[in-house]
Amino acid sequence: MKIAVLIKQTFDTEAKIVVKEGKVDPSGVNVIINPYDEFAIEEALRIKEKVGGEVVVFSAGSDKVTESLRKALAMGADRAVRVELDGVAVDEGVVAEALAKALGEGNFDLVLTGWLAIDDRSAQVGVRVAEILNLSQINMVTQLELADGKLTGSREIEGGMEVVEVPLPALITAQRGLNEPRYPSMKGIMQAKKKELKVVNASDLNISAQPKVEVKDVFLPKAKEAGKIYKDDMAAAVSALVKALREEAKVI
Amino acid sequence: MNFQLNEEQVMFVDMVRKFCQKEIAPIAGKSDSEHLFPSETLKKLAELGLMGVSIPEEYGGSGGDYFTYILLIEELAKVCASTAVIVSVHTGLGCMSILHFGTEEQKQKYLAPLAAGEKLGAYALTEPNAGSDAASLQLSAVDKGDHFVLNGSKIWITNASQADVFITFVRSEAGSKGAQGVTCLIVERDTPGLTISKPVEKMGLNASHTCELFFDHVVVPKENVLGEVGQGFKVAMQLLDGGRIAIGAQGLGIAEGAFEYAAGYIKERQQFGKSIAANQGIQWMVADMATEIDAAKLLVYRAASLKTEGQPHGKEASMAKRYATDTAMRVTTDCVQLLGGYGYSKEYPVERYMRDAKITQIYEGTNQIQRLVIARHLLR
Ligand SMILES: Cc1cc2nc3c(=O)[nH]c(=O)nc-3n(C[C@H](O)[C@H](O)[C@H](O)COP(=O)(O)OP(=O)(O)OC[C@H]3O[C@@H](n4cnc5c(N)ncnc54)[C@H](O)[C@@H]3O)c2cc1C
Repeated sequence: MKIAVLIKQTFDTEAKIVVKEGKVDPSGVNVIINPYDEFAIEEALRIKEKVGGEVVVFSAGSDKVTESLRKALAMGADRAVRVELDGVAVDEGVVAEALAKALGEGNFDLVLTGWLAIDDRSAQVGVRVAEILNLSQINMVTQLELADGKLTGSREIEGGMEVVEVPLPALITAQRGLNEPRYPSMKGIMQAKKKELKVVNASDLNISAQPKVEVKDVFLPKAKEAGKIYKDDMAAAVSALVKALREEAKVI
Repeated sequence: MNFQLNEEQVMFVDMVRKFCQKEIAPIAGKSDSEHLFPSETLKKLAELGLMGVSIPEEYGGSGGDYFTYILLIEELAKVCASTAVIVSVHTGLGCMSILHFGTEEQKQKYLAPLAAGEKLGAYALTEPNAGSDAASLQLSAVDKGDHFVLNGSKIWITNASQADVFITFVRSEAGSKGAQGVTCLIVERDTPGLTISKPVEKMGLNASHTCELFFDHVVVPKENVLGEVGQGFKVAMQLLDGGRIAIGAQGLGIAEGAFEYAAGYIKERQQFGKSIAANQGIQWMVADMATEIDAAKLLVYRAASLKTEGQPHGKEASMAKRYATDTAMRVTTDCVQLLGGYGYSKEYPVERYMRDAKITQIYEGTNQIQRLVIARHLLR
């Protein structure tokens, strides 16, 4: 079984985000593998441990993402590919095409990735890659089974579960609950450096997509204001409160 | 000297920290109050290759260097000092003694399962009448040709409640005195005649069990001599040099763990209409603690890096142990102070850190003995 995992490097969920000139300031912020992508790595490793094969991790980004690819290698992936985006204007569509082209001739039976990256939260790359490569797909999977060359994925839907079966090759996006990602072992960490990490330049991939989305601004949510207490006599307080709910909070 | 961690060490510390936060921190308080030996944690540590970090892969370890092992002890001690000492006695004394002094056969038979974490190691030097003056040990081993017969006792043996293998120091030459005539033996737990007491009730470090050992005509084959007959005291001292760096790292971790908790607390706690951290008197305490912790860290890392590079490190190990563990005691005492009555309460973790810090000034050579060692290096 040849399995590819697409991962993105994101800010640590506990990082204090600072916005500078319309961009999140990356200096001094801890980075991690997007948690949903970690579920994808874990699932890939479990499938490989069961049926054998190879797990290859892909990430698009600068040299900085090497750290995350190494961590995936330390967890047990066999090799890694970094798609260098230097000089290419990107949005989710472009990144998806770059990854799809990099996956290209790999003959992967299965592609796994997280359903969402916790930074931009656009939930697009996985599904776009599946479309570009014409793969069957199941999204937001919380349970995955492989039998007789078919994948059965369970996903939560309004009020229940949906069980979907797809033939291989397929792309699966992982949702929380799929598994509990392992810690990289000490030996895994020691071996990670010896494993292959290939760099592919996006500019060599003949990407046809142009960015269609432009980020106009990035800003932090307004600081929470202190609560307001209405302390006039009861009748006046109630009517002031109702007025505020209608006109300020706009909830009624 | 450069203590910048390399790429692997950064990843290693990151992994260990996550593990500690998720798997150890939530149970550390309960393990202490109920005196629970953390068997489950040790199993998980073994799966990750953390029971034999600094042991080569060919002997069941993970093939890391000594410095990486010290980073592990520091991180463990930040959340649970008991777990840190269990691992350090097991790896630093149990495994490393066989690695450095064992024959190939001993390494295959004893080191491999120890380093893989399938078995647990202990180190038995101290006796009721031989503490700081370890060379006065009396546990008698009578030479019977192809084996020794042991009679006597050991006290304060960490891991003894669970250990499978005891690195045991005996007097193999009747009537000899001091370092002369001491031999180091590998003793298996289930050897007939060896009994192990219930864990001793202690002030702290409760999840780590420390027991007495009684030897009544215990037969140990000669092939279990570690190093050479009569050369055991050298083994003991060489191991303790390394062991002291690990205890320094344990003290460092305890100080860091308590400090981190207290630093968070004083920003939240309000008195006189402001956080207690807004008082200059408190800020000076914080500044002093942080400075001492950094100094301790530099001493510990220097000793660890000398040992990793195979350089002489006896004096530096003693300096690191002495300073880092005294720092642990001062810092944890101040952390209890910073939390006031809550600091003294078992509802908050800092009193555990303070109780645990105390032992680091005592074992693997008291801090008075460390000063003797340092002075001996300086004045020879
Ligand atoms: C929880 C715990 C775990 C332990 N684990 C182990 C273990 O796994 N294996 C093992 O072999 N041992 C272990 N020990 C033993 C430990 O190393 C000894 O307790 C320690 O070396 C001190 O010996 P002692 O208790 O006999 O004190 P003593 O030697 O009686 O010392 C009492 C006091 O006198 C001071 N003193 C002694 N001689 C001098 C001197 N020449 N100059 C100045 N001051 C001096 C000491 O510093 C100390 O303050 C452990 C002890 C404890 C409490």
